[in-house]
Amino acid sequence: MKGIVSKVVMGAAALGLMLAPPAWAENIKVGAILAVTGPMSFLGGPEARTLEMLVAETNARGGIDGKPVELILKDSTGNPEKAVSFAKQLIEEDKVVAIIGPSSSGETMQIKKIAEDGKTPLLSCAAAEVIVDPVASYVFKTPQKDSDAVRSIYQEMKKLGLTNMAVLVDNTGFGKAGQEQLVKIAPEFNIKVVENEVYDKAANDLSAVVAKIKANKEVQAVVNWSVVPAQSIVAKNIRQMGWDVPIFQSHGFGNIKFVEAAGAAADGIIFPASRLLIASDLPDGHPQKALLVKYKKDYEDKYKENVSAFGGYAYDAFIIFEAAVKKAGSLDRDKVRAAIEQLKGLPSATGIFTFSEKDHNGLTIDAFQMMTVKGGKFVAYPAK
Amino acid sequence: MKRILPILPLLAVVVLVQLVTAWTGTQYYLTQMTMAAYYSLLIIGLCVLMGYAGQISLGHAGFFAIGGYLSAALTTRSLVPFKEAALVRLLDNCGMLHAGKDLYGGELLVVTPWAAAVFAVLVAALIAVAIGIPVLKLKGHYLAMATLGFGIIIYRLVLATPWFGEADGISGVPPFQLFSGVTVSGETSVRILNYYLAWGVLLCGLVLLINLMQSRIGRALRAIHGSEEAADAMGVNIARFKLQTFVLSAVFAAIAGVLLTHYNGGIGPSEAGVMKSVRYVAIVAVGGMAHLWGAMFMGVLLNFLSLRGVFGSYDDAVFGLILIVIMLFAPDGILSLITGRKKQAVTVPTVQQDREV
Amino acid sequence: MSTELFVQYLFAGITYGSIYAIVAIGFNIIYNTTGIINFAQGEFVMLGGMIAITLLSFMPLPAAIALAVIITMIIGALIEIIFIRWLKNPSVLRMIIITIGLSILTREAAVHIWGENIRALPYFVGNEITTIGIMGARISPQVLWVVGVCGVMVAVLHLFFRATSVGREMRACAANRLATILCGINPRNMVTFSFVLSAGMGALAGCVMSPITYSQYDMGTGLAIKGFTVAILGGLGNSGGAVAAGLLLGVIEAFSVSVVPLAFQDAIAIAILLLILFVKPHGIFGSGEAARLKAF
Repeated sequence: MKGIVSKVVMGAAALGLMLAPPAWAENIKVGAILAVTGPMSFLGGPEARTLEMLVAETNARGGIDGKPVELILKDSTGNPEKAVSFAKQLIEEDKVVAIIGPSSSGETMQIKKIAEDGKTPLLSCAAAEVIVDPVASYVFKTPQKDSDAVRSIYQEMKKLGLTNMAVLVDNTGFGKAGQEQLVKIAPEFNIKVVENEVYDKAANDLSAVVAKIKANKEVQAVVNWSVVPAQSIVAKNIRQMGWDVPIFQSHGFGNIKFVEAAGAAADGIIFPASRLLIASDLPDGHPQKALLVKYKKDYEDKYKENVSAFGGYAYDAFIIFEAAVKKAGSLDRDKVRAAIEQLKGLPSATGIFTFSEKDHNGLTIDAFQMMTVKGGKFVAYPAK
Repeated sequence: MKRILPILPLLAVVVLVQLVTAWTGTQYYLTQMTMAAYYSLLIIGLCVLMGYAGQISLGHAGFFAIGGYLSAALTTRSLVPFKEAALVRLLDNCGMLHAGKDLYGGELLVVTPWAAAVFAVLVAALIAVAIGIPVLKLKGHYLAMATLGFGIIIYRLVLATPWFGEADGISGVPPFQLFSGVTVSGETSVRILNYYLAWGVLLCGLVLLINLMQSRIGRALRAIHGSEEAADAMGVNIARFKLQTFVLSAVFAAIAGVLLTHYNGGIGPSEAGVMKSVRYVAIVAVGGMAHLWGAMFMGVLLNFLSLRGVFGSYDDAVFGLILIVIMLFAPDGILSLITGRKKQAVTVPTVQQDREV
Repeated sequence: MSTELFVQYLFAGITYGSIYAIVAIGFNIIYNTTGIINFAQGEFVMLGGMIAITLLSFMPLPAAIALAVIITMIIGALIEIIFIRWLKNPSVLRMIIITIGLSILTREAAVHIWGENIRALPYFVGNEITTIGIMGARISPQVLWVVGVCGVMVAVLHLFFRATSVGREMRACAANRLATILCGINPRNMVTFSFVLSAGMGALAGCVMSPITYSQYDMGTGLAIKGFTVAILGGLGNSGGAVAAGLLLGVIEAFSVSVVPLAFQDAIAIAILLLILFVKPHGIFGSGEAARLKAF
C-alpha cells in the first residue's frame, strides 16, 4: 500500500514538474502577439522580423541594463480568439513585463480588457484610434492617428482644389476605422463623399467598382484607404480605364511591395506615411535620420527585403519598451507602465513620441510626411 | 444508468486535471481547457450529424457565429436611441433589458445575457430549420457546396454589417450570470468555476448525445446512413430525422458560440470563417466519424494545443499534416489505431462502388 | 446605364468569369475520372504563378511560364502518386478531407518558401497603365490574354477528349471504370493523368492572370471556393456548363456593383447559387441522373 501511495505521489510530482513553467527570473521577458501568418501576415511578418532583429541586437549589446531580453512571440494568425488565449497565457504563465501587438485593431480591442485586468502594458501595432480613445491605463499604440492621416490628405486636397471624393476602403479593421474618420472629418474641410464602397481584402480584380465610381461625373478624387495588397489593384484598375483622377492613399500604402505591384499605376499616388520610407532623403540634422537609416540598413541586410512602415510600428513598440524599462529601473509592470507615460521626445521609426496620461499614442500630425511615388520609389511630396 | 457509466472516468479525469493544476500552481492551463471544451461541444454535435446522419456540413462555424454574434451584439449594443420604440419598452417591461453605464459614463441599455442567449440559440435553430429543409435534400458534393455557401454568407454578413462590428468584431461583451453565483466570464477569480462549468456543459451534451444515439432516433439515423431506401421502406421518416439532427447540431454550435463569446469577452469574424468550418469537419474525421468519444478527445486536444500556440507559425501546417496522415492511414479515426476495431455503425459508400452502380 | 459603362461591366464580368471557369474545369477533369473533388485545385493556380515569377529571374517570360506549367504538372502527378493512387476504395468524404489537407499543406509550404508578400508577373503586353479602347470602354490588354488563353484551353481540351485516344480513354474511365479495365486500359494511369492535366491548366491560368490579380501564397482557397461554386452551378463534370456558369457568375458579380454595396457581393452571389440549387439540385446545366451515380 505504501508503495502505491509513494508511486502516486512521485507520478504526480513528475507531472507537476512537467507542467511547471521554466524559471528564468533574470531575463526581461517581453511578449508579442502578431499575425505572422494568415491573412494579415503582411503586417505581422515584418513586425515579427523587426522584433527578432532588435532583440538580437539588444542582447548582443548586453541587454537592457545588463539583463538579456527574452522575446516570447505568439502567432495569432489574425484570429481574435487566439489573441485572447495568448494574452492570458503571456500575462499569467510567462509573466511578461509587457506585450507588443497585436497587429490588427480587432484583435487589440478584444484583448484590451485582458491587459487592463492583468495590469500589463500593451503596446499595440494597430492603427484604429478607438484603441487609445478613450484611454485605458495599460494600453498604448504606436501607429499614427487615423484622424491625422485624414487631415493630412484633406489639406492636400484642399490645396489642389478638390472637393468631391470617392472613398474606397478594404474590409479590414484598418479600412473600417479609416472610413469612419474620412466621413466624420470631411465636413470640416468642405469635402463631400459622393461614392463610398468597401472591397474585399482578397479581391482579384476591382474594375467593376472602379467603373461604377468613374461613371459618377462628380468624382474629382479617389481616396483608397487600405492596408491590403488589393489597394494596388484599385490603382491599376483606375489607370487601366484611362482615368487620370488624383488618387490618395493612406499610411497603409507604406510597403514598397504595394508600389511594385501597382507598377506604373502607382506613379503620382499621394499619401501620408512614416519618414522611414524616405530615410536617406531626410535632411542630415533630422532627429530620426540616424536611427531610420540604421534600421533600414540592418533590416534589409538581414532579411533581403525592403523595410516597411508596418515593421516600423513594432520597432517603435520595442524602443518605447526599452526606454520605459530603463527609465523605471525596474521590471515591475506598473512602474514600466508609469514610465511609458513619462516618455518625452523619444525619436523612433514612426515619429517622435511624447506620451502623457491622456495621450497613449504620443504622436502628432507631424509624424506624417506627405509622399508620392515617382519611378517606383517613395519620394517626399511635393516631388522635387 | 449503464450508458452514463463511461462518463464517470472522464469526470474523474476532469477533476484530477483541476486538482493537479491547483497543486502545481499551473491553473492557467484551465483557461485553454475551458475554451477547448466549448469548441468540443460544437464538435460532438457535428459528429452526430456527420457520423450518424451521414450529412456533411462545411458551414458549422456559421451556426457558432450566429450564437456568438447575436448574444454579443444584443448584450453590448445600446438600445438607448430606440428607448421609445414599442418593442424596446415591451422588452423592458418583461425584465429583459439591463440599464447601466458605458465606458464614457453614458447611459447604456442592453438586453440581458439570458434573454440574448435564448434569442441567439432560437434564431440559430430557426435558421437551421429554414435552410435544413431544402439543403438536406441535396446529396454529396452538392450538399457540401450548399453548407459551405451558408457558411460564407454568414461570414460575409458579419464582415459587412456595422452592427456586428465589421472586421473588428465585437468586444467588451459582459459576463453571463447563469444563476446566482455562477457566471460565465474569463476573469481569473472565477476560472475554476468556469472550467467546471464548461466541462459540465460538454459532459451533459455528451451524455445526451450518447443516449440519443442509442434510442430510437439513433437507430433510425444509422438505418438512414446504411441505406436511405431501406430505411424509407421500413417506414423511417428520413427527412424528419435528418432535419432534427441538423437542428440539434446547430443548437450545440450556437450554445458553444454563446458561452465562448461571454467567456472570451468578444468575438471576431474569423470565428465564422470557412477555415474554421473546415477545421471542425476535419477534427470530427480525425476523431472518427460516428465516434463521439474520439471526436471529443481530438476536439479538446487539437484546440488546446492550437490555443496555446505550441505549433507557432506552423499551426495550420501541422493541422493539415495530421489530417492527411490520419485520413491516409487510419480513416476510421485515431481511436481505431488504439482499439484496432472497425466501427460497425457506418458504412460509407466508396467512390468506386458508387460509380459502378 | 451608358453603353460605355455597360461594356466596362461586361468586360469585368468576363474577366472574373474566365478565371472562375478555368478553375472549375480543373475540378471537372479530376472529378470525371475519379469522382473526387480536388480542393487543392486553387493551389495549382497559385503554384503556377509563384514558380513562374521565381523562374523569371533566370529566363525570359515564355520559357518561365512553360517551365512553371511543367513543374506544376510534375507536382500534380507526385501528389496523386503519393497520396491517392494507392488508396483502395476511398470514401468521398475521406477524399474531400485529404485534398483539403493537401491544400493547407501546399499553402503553408508556399508561405515558408516565398514569404507572405505579393508578387506578380509583368504584363505580357505594355505595362500596368496600358489600355485599349473597345466601344468607349477601356481595358488592359492582359484581360484579352486571360479571356483568350482560357478560350483556347477550353477548345483544346474539347478536342483532346474527343479526338485523341488518351482523351477517349479518360472519358471511358469516367463512364464506366470496370468496363475500361476489361478493355485493357489502366484507370490508375488515367487518374494520374487527370491530375497532371488539371495541374497544368491551373498553372497556366495562374500565370496568365498573375499580372491582373497578383500571386500570393493564400490565393488558392478563394479561387477554389469560387471554382467549386461554378462547377456545381454548371453541373459537376460538365465543362461546357462550367464555362457558361463561370461567365454568368462573373457577369452577375460585375453588374451587381451598380445595385448592391460591394461588401455584400459575395453573400448575394452565393445566396443566388443556393436558391438555384434548391430549385435545380444538380446545377443549371447538370443532370440528376449523372449526379445520382456520384453521390455519397
